[in-house]
Amino acid sequence: MTLRNKDLLGMKELSAEEISEILKTAQVMKMVMKSGNKKTSHLQGKSVVTLFYENSTRTRLSFEMASKFMGAASANVSTSGSSVNKGESLLDTARTIDMMATDIIIMRHNQSGAPHFIAPHVDASIVNAGDGMNEHPTQALLDMYTMQDKFGSLDGLEVAICGDIFHSRVARSNAIGLTKMGAKVRVSGPATMMPIGFEKMGAKVCRNISEAVYGADIVMGLRLQLERQTKSLFPSVAEYAKFYSISEQVLSLAKPGALVLHPGPCNHGVEMPSSVYDSSQSAINEQVANGVAVRMAVLYLLNVRRNQE
Amino acid sequence: MRIRLINCKIMGEGDLCELNLEDGYIVDSLTNTPDRMIDVNGAAVLPGLVDAHCHLREPGFEYREDIVSGTMSAAKGGFTSVCPMPNTKPVCDNPSVVRSIVAKAKSEGYANVFPIGAVSKGLEGKELAEYGLMKEEGIVAISDDGRPVATADLLRKAILYASDFDLVVMNHCEELSLADGVMNEGYLSTQLGLRGIPTAAEDIMIARDIVLAEYLGLAIHICHVSTKGGVRMIREAKARGVRVTAETCPHYFTLTEDACLGFDTNAKINPPLRTKEDTIAIMEGLKDHTLDMIVTDHAPHHTDEKNIEFSLANNGIVGFETAFALGYTYLVRTGCLSLMELVACMSANPSNLLKLNRGTLDAGSPADVAVFDLSEPFVFDKDKMLTKGRNTPYHGYTLYGETQLTICGGEITYEKFC
Repeated sequence: MTLRNKDLLGMKELSAEEISEILKTAQVMKMVMKSGNKKTSHLQGKSVVTLFYENSTRTRLSFEMASKFMGAASANVSTSGSSVNKGESLLDTARTIDMMATDIIIMRHNQSGAPHFIAPHVDASIVNAGDGMNEHPTQALLDMYTMQDKFGSLDGLEVAICGDIFHSRVARSNAIGLTKMGAKVRVSGPATMMPIGFEKMGAKVCRNISEAVYGADIVMGLRLQLERQTKSLFPSVAEYAKFYSISEQVLSLAKPGALVLHPGPCNHGVEMPSSVYDSSQSAINEQVANGVAVRMAVLYLLNVRRNQE
Repeated sequence: MRIRLINCKIMGEGDLCELNLEDGYIVDSLTNTPDRMIDVNGAAVLPGLVDAHCHLREPGFEYREDIVSGTMSAAKGGFTSVCPMPNTKPVCDNPSVVRSIVAKAKSEGYANVFPIGAVSKGLEGKELAEYGLMKEEGIVAISDDGRPVATADLLRKAILYASDFDLVVMNHCEELSLADGVMNEGYLSTQLGLRGIPTAAEDIMIARDIVLAEYLGLAIHICHVSTKGGVRMIREAKARGVRVTAETCPHYFTLTEDACLGFDTNAKINPPLRTKEDTIAIMEGLKDHTLDMIVTDHAPHHTDEKNIEFSLANNGIVGFETAFALGYTYLVRTGCLSLMELVACMSANPSNLLKLNRGTLDAGSPADVAVFDLSEPFVFDKDKMLTKGRNTPYHGYTLYGETQLTICGGEITYEKFC
């Protein structure tokens, strides 16, 4: 099967079948990554541009590696050193990139909905690499891949997502995607960081982190996004670490062998102590590797759809 | 100039009759043969509509709208009197700005323009503006619209001082410390990852304003009510005898926050579009006269201010050319209001609040008349609007109540078939 839409804007826009297809394709891509010759010709003659209005290490690099492994011409535009600093609008910037025969634009922006705004204005496929507090679909897909890799299926998995839910596009994308795949999501965090109506997204809102983690198959921490805090939503990092972090004690409430995930970058000692981050239960480094495979799959499937048009 | 309208349904009902206009007034009979005889073919002939709350953008933002384009748009919507808010550049906070707006409107406009002056100098929420001098030049109310009257102390002084000049304070109710958002706060803002503005932000300030008006025994007018809680508090206050009046806008009974789905910036306004529960409460508030009037909050913006990221886009939608049809389609055709009640909400009630002496077709009144076709539906097309703005969420809507003819002060300001 192929993807229905030209763009990958969010988990909201993906069906369960499409998610399965991406995860299945990623398995093949993971084999390519593990092989001695990390080169395919799936994107040969195609061009991929990353357009990032926010800082990023792993998302940007993994998209670039994914493009290169598949033979695409890739380039990146960052806001510093580009005409964005001269005040060029997002729309003009995106159209400029589009006119250079770009097939896929990977976009990260600090405003929710920015990729949705751009998508109808360009021929290129837009991949949302994180928009404001809205979505980060490829992160959710790589998280789901990591879970599926360990447990075989997402159906029925109990997933605890802990921390700053309000500002987290990772939490939103995971809650939407996992629910579509039959997993059960519960969330916890400071009440000041719990957005209204989150339970309507299919997640159970827990009163504290112990309740969320108890009996979970997967425990996911979220980065405390200090740069997105416009209001004082918690009194101090020390208090946050004491009451809201995934400590060893909290983790012991989860099912034995539960997986620990974190989208990175992690504030060690805040979202979780290093002892949890580096524990045998942690799949945080595997997430990074899986991120490349999942992004290869996304680029591949978008390109298949483009070729059919 | 003598105009005779024939085959009129006055106030949309009764037998077909004629309406005579001479030298700018409605008259029982003409003194001579009419200069123009217009057959309105049984259309509803109503008093010209009065908009107590709009933005004409002049001076300072003529790229969005000016007095000519704005009043042409108003005329196309059946409005004959409009009251622009003072958030212009320079701010309408002194007599010379008021004078320039009134003069431009008199010489070039297509509607009566009754400016609203600022509550505070520069809309800064600190010092009182010159209400008395501005009233001499033509203001009919005061407001810091776009932002709330900043403090309870300033509002108290404004209400008191304005009472010396028989002016009402119209307040945009929003507790700013709670209003750091771009759409209604709720499940949808959570789902879209957009910062929300809770209904509490509006309700808290409505409560403050009612408390002060009650304490002072003086009048307050609440702008663009969008919440169920606001309607409830105003209803209760009126029952106690508090001198509070209130307005709402067509978008608060025709649209919900769902219009923001897909990050459509045409649905970005302040107060934000709320939920179904709120739209029902707004309709109930209109029905039991808790809400006294329907205003447009006509707020044109340039495409460049709307065709951008949702959070960065300006607030506001244009409203003149859809207001009556939305009211007729969503309130009268659904049985919520009678046509008479809708017309009162859009002419006599705002006219009475602002003492404009309009909103009636009685002989001797100014010849401000609007004629609407109530039977044939039309498809609203944003590209056919006369406003400079294109920021409307109603493009493609099928509506009833298309304007056929507008006459302001005995002059034809809009005629559909010419």
